[in-house]
Amino acid sequence: MILLQQMLINNPIIKFYNSSIGKKIVMAVTGLMLIGFVVVHLLGNFQIFLGAEKFNAYAAFLKSIPGPLWAARIILLTAFILHFTTAFILSLNNKAARGGSYKNMATVQADFASRYMLESGVVIFIFIIIHLLHFTLGAIQPEFHDLDDGFMRDDVYRNVILGFSNGPYAYIYIVAMLFVGLHLKHAFWSMFQTIGVYSPALTPLLKKLSVFTAVAVAAGYISIPLSVIFGILK
Amino acid sequence: MDFTLQVWRQDSPDKEGRFEVYRATNISSDMSFIEMLDSLNIELEQKGDTPVSYECDCLEGICGTCSLMINGRAHGPGACTTTCQLHMRSFQDGETIVIEPFRAKSFPVIKDLIVNRSAFDRIIQAGGFVTVRTGSAPDGNAIPISKIDADLAMDAAQCIGCGACVASCKNSSAMLFTAAKVSHLSYIPQGQPERMERAKKMIEQMDEEGFGACTNQAECEAVCPKGISIKFIARMNRDFIRSSF
Ligand code: SF4
Ligand code: FES
Repeated sequence: MILLQQMLINNPIIKFYNSSIGKKIVMAVTGLMLIGFVVVHLLGNFQIFLGAEKFNAYAAFLKSIPGPLWAARIILLTAFILHFTTAFILSLNNKAARGGSYKNMATVQADFASRYMLESGVVIFIFIIIHLLHFTLGAIQPEFHDLDDGFMRDDVYRNVILGFSNGPYAYIYIVAMLFVGLHLKHAFWSMFQTIGVYSPALTPLLKKLSVFTAVAVAAGYISIPLSVIFGILK
Repeated sequence: MDFTLQVWRQDSPDKEGRFEVYRATNISSDMSFIEMLDSLNIELEQKGDTPVSYECDCLEGICGTCSLMINGRAHGPGACTTTCQLHMRSFQDGETIVIEPFRAKSFPVIKDLIVNRSAFDRIIQAGGFVTVRTGSAPDGNAIPISKIDADLAMDAAQCIGCGACVASCKNSSAMLFTAAKVSHLSYIPQGQPERMERAKKMIEQMDEEGFGACTNQAECEAVCPKGISIKFIARMNRDFIRSSF
């Protein structure tokens, strides 16, 4: 028992994770993976603008390679769980570290996004569940799921159009994407700072890139439900 | 100038604290914040009240002893100033000023506005030094150090250990302080042999003391009386990664 305890305590990975900076680095690395996914997913989604034929073919292609698809899903799920639980552990520790509260506490330069990372993260978490139930599993609006496009393929295109034109889902999606943008605005440059990338020339650039990524990702995702609402995609 | 002061009073570490309201009258705009409190205390003593306890020593912004949360900001308004360098002209006549101790679980209140910052000393003791052979002084120019490195080391070494970074951090993190103390030695040749050990041990001690973890909001940098940059936190994290694997 004691031996096991000793082994656990001296395990470099556990030691790393036990440290506050270790946990921050876990946040940064898993965050980077999640951002990577968000960007790739967006590029995939954009094919909806190429029409039903291309989009359904893309979906069918993903289904035809279950090996890589599931590998990616498992890696992502692991990153997601780590990102989420570590955020909670850190937040609880940080709350506990104050011990008492100020009557007055000014905010001098911390930006809005940075102060509400946990909140925006929780909103995104809830959205991901809704999103998976909606488009991936078809538990929400099952009548639009597994439609046939006439070529023996899933009519994913119809699924998206119908999903966004019925019920509140387009609006939920849009609001959630605004939170993703908010989260990314602080997340992107913050990742680099945490893993130790800082230079007087590079950091201001990374902060600009952070705003750009946030706006581009949010606007990119929002463009799809908006196009459905305005009848550009039908 | 006249002010209304809301001051945190706490008789001892384990007693409940409370805010008391005082009037500070006839304050010269050229007085420092500490002198203003001194004049309040003279009045309190004359009335037979217990004077407010607060800390100060050098009164010129180099010792880091003075430590007050003034209107929600560590060391009050203005960049790169300590409480003792803060002048009353920075406030409006008739203003209400809220004065609180630096709050962190690792900085327990001793009395009123005085907190125990020994946690910082223990972080330094864990590794914030270089081991040298004693004996006759080494030749001053025997070890060349580039101007760039010397300047960066000096930037980090400016930290006076006041604790404002912890006080103003939304997460009560001590990473700016620890980073400054890890970094100033990591730029110079004398600091290299123990560099990784130092970062590791100081960070371990920092965690042990119960400080929070940085979320890169840079509130610390904004209130730091010495303008220590969060670039040193990035540098410390780099050393931490290298020391871990
Ligand atoms: S880093 Fe700045 S705010 Fe923190 S202890 Fe040092 S001098 Fe004070
Ligand atoms: S009293 Fe020394 S820094 Fe203020």
